Amino acid sequence: MDILDNIPQVKAVLSHRPWPRAVVTEAGWQAAIDRLVEGGLTLLGLWGEPTAVHMAVRDGGSAEIAVVTYECAAGTFPSVASRHPPALRLERTIHDLFGLVPSVADDLRPWLDHHAWGKSYPLSGRNASRDVRPYQFLPAEGEALHQVAVGPVHAGIIEPGHFRFTANGEHVVRLEQWLGYTHKGIESLMQGASLEVAAKLASRTSGDSAVAYAFAFACAVEAALQIEAPRQATLLRALMAELERLANHLGDIGAICNDASFALMHAQTGILRERCLRAANVAFGHRLMMDVIVPGGVTRDIAPDGVAALRALLAELRKVFPRLVELYDNTASLQDRTVTTGIVKAEYARRFGAGGYVGRASGRDFDARRAIAYAPYDTLSFEVPVLQAGDVNARVWIRIREVEQSIGLIEQILDQLGPGGLETALPPGIGRGACEGMALTEAFRGDVLVWLRLDGELRVERCHLRDASWFQWPLLETAIEGNIIADFPLCNKSFNCSYSGVDL
Amino acid sequence: MRKTLLESLTHGSLTEPAPAPDDSALAELAAKVDRAAQARLGRSLAIRAVDAGSCNGCELEIHALSNAFYDIERFGLRFVASPRHADVLLVTGPVTKNMRQALERTYNATPDPKWVVAVGGCAIDGGIFRGSYACVGGVSETVPVDLHIKGCPPSPTDLLKGLLALLKHVSGTR
Ligand code: SF4
Repeated sequence: MDILDNIPQVKAVLSHRPWPRAVVTEAGWQAAIDRLVEGGLTLLGLWGEPTAVHMAVRDGGSAEIAVVTYECAAGTFPSVASRHPPALRLERTIHDLFGLVPSVADDLRPWLDHHAWGKSYPLSGRNASRDVRPYQFLPAEGEALHQVAVGPVHAGIIEPGHFRFTANGEHVVRLEQWLGYTHKGIESLMQGASLEVAAKLASRTSGDSAVAYAFAFACAVEAALQIEAPRQATLLRALMAELERLANHLGDIGAICNDASFALMHAQTGILRERCLRAANVAFGHRLMMDVIVPGGVTRDIAPDGVAALRALLAELRKVFPRLVELYDNTASLQDRTVTTGIVKAEYARRFGAGGYVGRASGRDFDARRAIAYAPYDTLSFEVPVLQAGDVNARVWIRIREVEQSIGLIEQILDQLGPGGLETALPPGIGRGACEGMALTEAFRGDVLVWLRLDGELRVERCHLRDASWFQWPLLETAIEGNIIADFPLCNKSFNCSYSGVDL
Repeated sequence: MRKTLLESLTHGSLTEPAPAPDDSALAELAAKVDRAAQARLGRSLAIRAVDAGSCNGCELEIHALSNAFYDIERFGLRFVASPRHADVLLVTGPVTKNMRQALERTYNATPDPKWVVAVGGCAIDGGIFRGSYACVGGVSETVPVDLHIKGCPPSPTDLLKGLLALLKHVSGTR
């Protein structure tokens, strides 16, 4: 059965690739929500345009993906979040940016809009204003409850956001996050941008995932234009993506242990992370490998001494990392902090479509590299580790196993690299109307979705970037419940959600 | 654990020699740091990092300053958890309008004498996010800046060069 069967449609949008997009009736929109609620479909994204909303979904059974669009003739659309909570923050964002009203919404508090922009509904193209009231946190009632407000400026060197804890003694009764502090207006800067500028913006959506974003953006453009990057370019893309994953996972493993006051691990993984970034710098001329991946391919080949630098890195990792794993495994005081702390229920991970280690530590067996099998992962062999416990410890172990898999992937790629073209030329213009593309790639923290529409001159008309964190942040609120406030840094670090990636 | 600890003791240090302070940074600072402050602080500075809307790329490299290769604390530079303990604010990002007030408050909460270092292309003039309805632009449009460190993101070595230049001026060892 086709994913869009049973969803009443107005028309199919033929210029959308590689997956189908259909404009649906209100009944069709509701039918899609029905299937989200039943669990047959997983929500991949929900985003707006001045007069329409789009929802990307994936069928868990057939693995098909599709986008359904509802045209908001009256400036309203049937609320997804009121029936399927994972859509809530996305829906509030659509309202903040486009002024479209989900009906009937249970919660239409502003999300990104902190009333500081000097205007309301900045992407709506009209001049409407919204009444300003102070942000209301959700109530928590009971005896002896007190609130602790943290942020936006935090104690460590991390991104800004606000956490409102309601606690009973030491135990957290409710955590509510309020983000949006790093909202930069990326989607508005995308509008009308050249592909070159847009690719740079995409990779600065979340700097720790610069490669994954540039990769997804490039794939979306290539899908829209129906071109393919050369094999050598896709290998180099995956090489950078795995290096990025290694560096981040190593940093995270150490940082999680550090939040459990085990500084030795932090120091050791910090060394390995630095070695990854230095090897990346030798191989690709930039420690975070920014701006190497572009639509059509890559801007440069690996440097002549890059292969040797990477092989030396792998040798070092193979030598040192197993010892650190043993150290983690054998330090009882550390396990005491991580085991059974901050449990994410498997049911929530499934319902929210939580990607990355958050989902995979709670039994959700999804990895875009395997599920979508985008080039070159269709020809590389790797395993996707999955655990069931859902605690901080499980999220550490998923990272450990993924470090091992990334080492194996980099080895395979180095063996396959050869001379070869780096860029497929883009068509000078498309000489017809707009074209649309979508792509998903697997960043270190989970799947990144990029959806875009290009105009006839290959400028970006609209681009939406959806970080994995959208579906992970809300689960952090559930994971901390009943834990003590002092364990929050540990839980938070084990998620390591992006602020910039969701604030956009 | 014993093996890992022993190896760290017996192997040579990974920490690299200090880079020379950045010349252009020295020039930018020459005009700004007064003698009174120099006498007060000696060779030690407490740094508070403030993310004013960065993409988090700059934070990653600021973090790296604490790893064994750069070991920033050997210079008397250390990161502190509160602006009230800080001498230096290290500010990243294009100052999103949603962060402007928090940045101002952090600045006001930092006792005098204080210095502001703007880190990364975004913090200089908004960088790639310049012109957005949601960004103010450079850090200097919100709080006075004493030193700019270029790069997207600046490497830890670039950061260290800039901070050492600041330290040199503050401690009067020109
Ligand atoms: S300067 Fe570059 S790395 Fe730093 S916050 Fe701005 S975009 Fe990110």
